Amino acid sequence: MASHRDLPVGLVNQLFLNTGSSSFTEFVGSYAPELLPQRDEVLATPISDQVPHATTIVAATFAGGVVMAGDRRATSGNIISQRDVEKVFRTDDYSCMGIAGTASTGIEFARLFRVELEHYEKLEGRTMSVAGKANRLATMIRGNLAMAMQGLVVVPLFSAYDPDKDEGRIFSYDVAGGPYERERFDAIGSGSIFARGSLKKLYRDGASADDMAMTLIQALYDAADDDSATGGPDVTRKIWPIVSVIDADGFRRLTEEQVSAYVEQMLEARLISPDGPIAPLR
Amino acid sequence: MPFGYASPEQIMRDKADYARKGIARGRSVVVLQYVDGILFVAPNPSRALHKISEIYDRIGFAAVGRYNEFEELRLGGIRYADINGYTYDRSDVTGRGLANLYASNLGRIFTESIKSLEVEVVVAEVGETKDGDAIYRLTFDGSVFDEHGFAAMGGQAEAVATRLKERYRESMSLADALEVALTALTEPGGERPPVGQLEVAVLDRNREHRKFLRLTGARLERLLAQTSAPSAPSTPSAPAAPSASGDTPPPTAPDGDVDDGSSPL
Repeated sequence: MASHRDLPVGLVNQLFLNTGSSSFTEFVGSYAPELLPQRDEVLATPISDQVPHATTIVAATFAGGVVMAGDRRATSGNIISQRDVEKVFRTDDYSCMGIAGTASTGIEFARLFRVELEHYEKLEGRTMSVAGKANRLATMIRGNLAMAMQGLVVVPLFSAYDPDKDEGRIFSYDVAGGPYERERFDAIGSGSIFARGSLKKLYRDGASADDMAMTLIQALYDAADDDSATGGPDVTRKIWPIVSVIDADGFRRLTEEQVSAYVEQMLEARLISPDGPIAPLR
Repeated sequence: MPFGYASPEQIMRDKADYARKGIARGRSVVVLQYVDGILFVAPNPSRALHKISEIYDRIGFAAVGRYNEFEELRLGGIRYADINGYTYDRSDVTGRGLANLYASNLGRIFTESIKSLEVEVVVAEVGETKDGDAIYRLTFDGSVFDEHGFAAMGGQAEAVATRLKERYRESMSLADALEVALTALTEPGGERPPVGQLEVAVLDRNREHRKFLRLTGARLERLLAQTSAPSAPSTPSAPAAPSASGDTPPPTAPDGDVDDGSSPL
């Protein structure tokens, strides 16, 4: 397969000036396909236990936006391969994605997806619709299905602020694509069952962004409590979860100070009641 | 060429004249540095067909001339930037690289095609500090000019550039820079274009991630109100800019011969 580096200069320029669709992925696919995440070679043996895996991501809507948070642990089999990995990525001014599964593939997806969204925005002079963004991500996941079957599974959680509805929206995916829109909250990754249980009890309709950030930190703590692959807050090394908020003002990542304040408040309460806040019974 | 003979010089001159006339028909676009970055101003009655655009995180684009031709350059530039940023790192996409790509394309088309592109383009890149800012102006024949502080192109570009040079100062506020740009774009005694017919954008070094921001609607009106209201101190700018013919900015399109080899890089 001819790489773009082998092409004569004139031809490269022709390609750059050849206007086609507004999709960056399609452009790369025709111009330098080796840069795309999906590849068709089949691995001799699944290598899933040898590469780092990202674990739990949680997201929840609040009045006028959406919050997403992720723990910081990456594991290779039973080894903790990194303690401060980042798995929540800003993808444009009004959206972000979290990744669970094979970390390397997930990071590549996030990078490509960001360019995909910006490319469309710059070429078309308008922002892609939220449904459009969710569908583009689904196509990328579907393209990775062959690799997923080999153990390189990556499953994202996608959140965006929808200016038409003035609310946050959450989409989740399976290995074959998606997108599945989720009401109120969702979680992905190995700790997601525990996080989702926690969120189910702690989620409040119409909560503020601050309260929802705290709710997600509680949910991550509950996931880390029961899932060995999910990292809790690392008090000695001061490694806190990553919390991102998207609303009408755009994407912002909470600062270390803000998150550490939430975490300390939570840890103090957990010293008294280790299982966390209790939802009313009736 | 079936009939007659024209010398290469004549052919090149004709192409240059043709392009220069095409460019001179349109309205001007002004690009200048202000304290937080780079400001683009263009009188443009269309809200959808832009003369100013984002190319990448720190790089903006402005053009005059034939719309379909500079639109192709714009799309090509975005593809170039996105593929390089994705292949390497976002910080590896530079205004200089983009200017070189455009220069090679414009130069090749100028020499090889029957008709040269009737466009003039500015590629501007905002740096961490004002010393890192760069404004490259490219003409239809592929010449590149590394401009300092400001650039003007399009119809009456020389007159606009002269007015711009008289009033431009380093590290102006955004409102002052806009005032200077609008004064430069307006003929003395003429009427300024109304807000709805202005295309204004900035590359603001203080923004996160992507520095390009289009100023429209209420934000632009507020900014214009700041400029026209009590900003008397902004007008008596340094009179130390005599428009001596020696250091006037290079003409928007090289006069006479195609490439006089003087100031292009």
